[in-house]
Amino acid sequence: MTWFEYQRPQSLGEASDLLRKDDSVALAGGTDLLVALRHRAVRPALVVDLKSVSDIAEGIEVEGDRLRIGGRVVMSRLTRNQHVGRHFPALAQAAAVVGSVQIRNRATLAGNLCNASPAADTAPALLAYGATVIASRPDTTRSIPVEEFFTGPGTTVLERGEIVTAVELPIPPTTIGSAFARVTRRRGVDLASVSLACILDPSGRARFGFGAVGPTPLLAESTFDELATDEGWSRLLAVTSPITDVRAGAEYRRAMLHVHSRRAFQAASEQLRAAT
Amino acid sequence: MSPTESAITLTVNGARRTVRVSPSTTLLEMVRTRLELTGSKECCAEGECGACTMILDGEPVNSCLVLAVETDGSEVTTIEGIGGAGMTPLQESFLTAGAIQCGFCIPGMVVAATALLERIPRPTESEVREGLSGNLCRCGGYSRISAAVMAVAGGNAAT
Ligand SMILES: Cc1cc2nc3c(=O)[nH]c(=O)nc-3n(C[C@H](O)[C@H](O)[C@H](O)COP(=O)(O)OP(=O)(O)OC[C@H]3O[C@@H](n4cnc5c(N)ncnc54)[C@H](O)[C@@H]3O)c2cc1C
Ligand code: FES
Ligand code: FES
Repeated sequence: MTWFEYQRPQSLGEASDLLRKDDSVALAGGTDLLVALRHRAVRPALVVDLKSVSDIAEGIEVEGDRLRIGGRVVMSRLTRNQHVGRHFPALAQAAAVVGSVQIRNRATLAGNLCNASPAADTAPALLAYGATVIASRPDTTRSIPVEEFFTGPGTTVLERGEIVTAVELPIPPTTIGSAFARVTRRRGVDLASVSLACILDPSGRARFGFGAVGPTPLLAESTFDELATDEGWSRLLAVTSPITDVRAGAEYRRAMLHVHSRRAFQAASEQLRAAT
Repeated sequence: MSPTESAITLTVNGARRTVRVSPSTTLLEMVRTRLELTGSKECCAEGECGACTMILDGEPVNSCLVLAVETDGSEVTTIEGIGGAGMTPLQESFLTAGAIQCGFCIPGMVVAATALLERIPRPTESEVREGLSGNLCRCGGYSRISAAVMAVAGGNAAT
């Protein structure tokens, strides 16, 4: 590993000041960062540990019509939380397949977003559910819709010194249908070759989040009527641009995306029908 | 310029330890080289194999992905802290099931399986396989490893 200094600030202001410097980097669960440090993909002079910053919550709270997931919440907590399980099952399912038990005990939801991998497993569900990222500096706080958060592989709209303090999701006012799907090369620990989430509401709207089929996780919207036709499906999937890499070929990704999107739509439709 | 070492105090296998470490030292490196507890293994050093699994504040983690300085004030259990003087029924079960071949993955497997049984005392076979999916065995002893875990889980159920 490279040499670096380490600080563990207590307040958001202090953390933000330290992270304003070009050669500093934030540390949450470290499951992406430590690997990057070891490969010397990043060579910071300073690592700023966010785990003691009291303004970054560790809990998951219902606030009015929203669910607020604190910036320090790890995947294993997400998978066990009753609010997440009840209102956002596709997110719970996504969190449950990230890495292994050991990884999920450290990996934060905020870190999964900030790392901005096109294959980040929680992103499709967050996109489909219409989540917003809360990013703070001592003087300002922004709410960024997840579909505006990613700018490319590994990059986001976050500015230097900005810290993700929470992720918020609007609690669906009515019963909705939801499904999560993921294609991997093997069972067990593996990154997704294709992942997606599908949310349907009774008014006939469909929202899909897609992972690993473009430079960033992608949002696509449609309607039940549109998705009754092949052209509707083509339009829906037109946002994606799968590439060939070690995990899958572009053709294979395109085929799997098509099949699993339709299956997810089917499953979510059946759920919706059963509930209404 | 070498970075500043700092002193951290943590509880390892029930004993309080104070160690001076540099920021870029991992928990795994500190435990193996400074505390000389070499049961935990370094293999992939990037979270893939689980050979370095330790219990950190109650939860199993990959100690190769944790900085030692992050564990100031924490409680850590390594394979050496499991069982005390003798072996636990789980460890006995690994032996009787013939689950141990070269043995390299076993400390991590035992720590992960111990944590699994604490969370789910009577797991199904698929819960065992899922719970241990972060632990690789190059010798491919998965069937016997999962049988060893199932055998003690059943044993607990019988008593
Ligand atoms: C073996 C292994 C398997 C994995 N499997 C999967 C998988 O199946 N699916 C998947 O999606 N991912 C997987 N990952 C990747 C990783 O576990 C996740 O992306 C994880 O959620 C990252 O969170 P973290 O808390 O560990 O982030 P860290 O590694 O601490 O940080 C990641 C990045 O985000 C920044 N950051 C973190 N928190 C904040 C914040 N609050 N504000 C601003 N910036 C911040 C950091 O500076 C860093 O650049 C895997 C990783 C490993 C090692
Ligand atoms: S050495 Fe830590 S997971 Fe492989
Ligand atoms: S017994 Fe050899 S790696 Fe598992």
